[in-house]
Amino acid sequence: MGDVIRATGLVKNYGNLRALDGLDLAVPEGTVLAVLGPNGAGKTTAVRILATLLQSDGGSAEVAGFDVASQPGKVREHIGLSGQYAAVDEYLTGFENLDMVGRLYGLGKRRSRERAHELLERFTLTDAADRTVKTYSGGMRRRLDLAGALVAQPPVLFLDEPTTGLDPRSRTDMWEVIVELVKAGSTLLLTTQYLEEADRLADDILVIDHGREIAHGTADDLKAQVGGERVEVVVGSNADVAAAKTILSELADGACVVEEHTRRITAPVKGGAGVLMEALRRLDAEGIEVLDVALRRPTLDDVFLTLTGHAAEVEPAADAKAKGKGKGTKSAPAEFEETAAR
Amino acid sequence: MSTMTIHKSLLDGAIVAKRNLIKIKRVPDLLVFSTMSPIMFILLFAYVFGSAINVPGLSYREFLIPGIFAQTVIFGATITGAGLADDIQKGIIDRFRSLPMARSAVLVGRTTSDVLNNVLVIFIMSLTGLAVGWRIRSSFFEAAAGFLLLLLFAYAISWIMAWVGLIVPSPEVVNNASFMIIFPLTFIANTFVPTNGFPPVLRAIANWNPVSSVTQAARQLFGNTSAKYPPPKDWSLQHPVIYTLAWVALLLAVFIPLSVRQYKRAASR
Repeated sequence: MGDVIRATGLVKNYGNLRALDGLDLAVPEGTVLAVLGPNGAGKTTAVRILATLLQSDGGSAEVAGFDVASQPGKVREHIGLSGQYAAVDEYLTGFENLDMVGRLYGLGKRRSRERAHELLERFTLTDAADRTVKTYSGGMRRRLDLAGALVAQPPVLFLDEPTTGLDPRSRTDMWEVIVELVKAGSTLLLTTQYLEEADRLADDILVIDHGREIAHGTADDLKAQVGGERVEVVVGSNADVAAAKTILSELADGACVVEEHTRRITAPVKGGAGVLMEALRRLDAEGIEVLDVALRRPTLDDVFLTLTGHAAEVEPAADAKAKGKGKGTKSAPAEFEETAAR
Repeated sequence: MSTMTIHKSLLDGAIVAKRNLIKIKRVPDLLVFSTMSPIMFILLFAYVFGSAINVPGLSYREFLIPGIFAQTVIFGATITGAGLADDIQKGIIDRFRSLPMARSAVLVGRTTSDVLNNVLVIFIMSLTGLAVGWRIRSSFFEAAAGFLLLLLFAYAISWIMAWVGLIVPSPEVVNNASFMIIFPLTFIANTFVPTNGFPPVLRAIANWNPVSSVTQAARQLFGNTSAKYPPPKDWSLQHPVIYTLAWVALLLAVFIPLSVRQYKRAASR
């Protein structure tokens, strides 16, 4: 199978800011590539170039066999784009939005109507079909936006931070939809700030920072590089810290880290929940009071810390420039740290 | 360009225009405000200034209404700019630009729907004008030509506004900027008062201002003129229809390509 999306040495400058600095990427047919990076890393810029919205200052890119710079019209016939700012018309109803997109894809009157109804049903928006989008929640808008990208059943999809800013429930819904798309054979490039999201959805992950690749591989590859899960235990009394550390060291996969003042012991582990249970059992047997315990997976921050030696810093200025508008910033969110027994 | 692509361009333009018209229906305040102010202008000028301004051989109200038509359709054109700036801000332009649709469709659709908006506004204003004593004293065809010329002029202004809307950072800027330009442009003209009393420099500017020529043309085509008050000797006002059409052609020739070029680049900012 050939690469449906391929970019070589992409460069894009915004004044003095180098948003993309020689980025290469390739997505084989029927697979998912997640481009992972903090705000301002160049994710949106890359998507905009591949989706023909922006011209690169250097390098070349092909989508579905067509050059994005010289045959943008052909590229547009094969792609669907859903951005992080739901690009739907809030004065139109959900149905009118999808119907309009269908007409503009050239589906014709009848087919556009049918397709709009199909998609509204699939994205559980049928009840809201005839309400103006102004009345929709953030999650509903995002689903409608994604539906807009799917109207013409394009073989290549670009999803730019499809779940940023969504509540956990809407995010899970969105993941389910994306998984279905992939099963149906779409080739997909998605950008995200969440390692967990990339892990769940992608075959291949490209980590970028300052417009450059800093790591590339499967989720397992990256985790192996970053280190796996950690068990964190907070004990009730200072006197127990040493004993707890001894117990956790026996189960750990590497050196334990102790924070004296918070009485927190962090142990890198292999084996996930089983190890956590065993740790709790042993701590309990020793009569050690445990205030808090958690099993943490590596976050984007951990990836960055390991790969670049600095945290996933947020550059709102660069980000705003790349997207044309300022928006709240977010680093790897706490909600993705899986917390077990409290 | 093959007939197929021309057909697709027109169809796409119509689809986008329909979308804009739905918005007028859903947000009626927009239309209410764009008609309220001209109605207010008609009433204020007709009754307040009208009592002091004397146009030889003609009722001031007949003199006034074509001028207010011209001013209003020009203001109506700002909707084009504000609408486009709004679409960029909301990201809808990105959606359009990622679709295999005609590159001109968003701009053609926008300017077309604004013509329809202007038709509605002129209709409402005509009724108001008739109520305060304005009359059409020419033939049906001349009057129709008068309305057409006003709309055509507004259409050309729409393309200036389209370009403005694509280069400014937000819709509010379009409104403020256009206010600053359109107010002097429509006042330093023969729209509200005869220009004979203006200081010489201002009078020259006013007489060659295309707003004056479109107003003069409308007055002639509606029959709102008087032998006792002949237009100034300047060529622009002796041949107002030709002069206006020349401006329309010039504006379209300059601003259509400029706007389309800016549209292609719009999202890169």
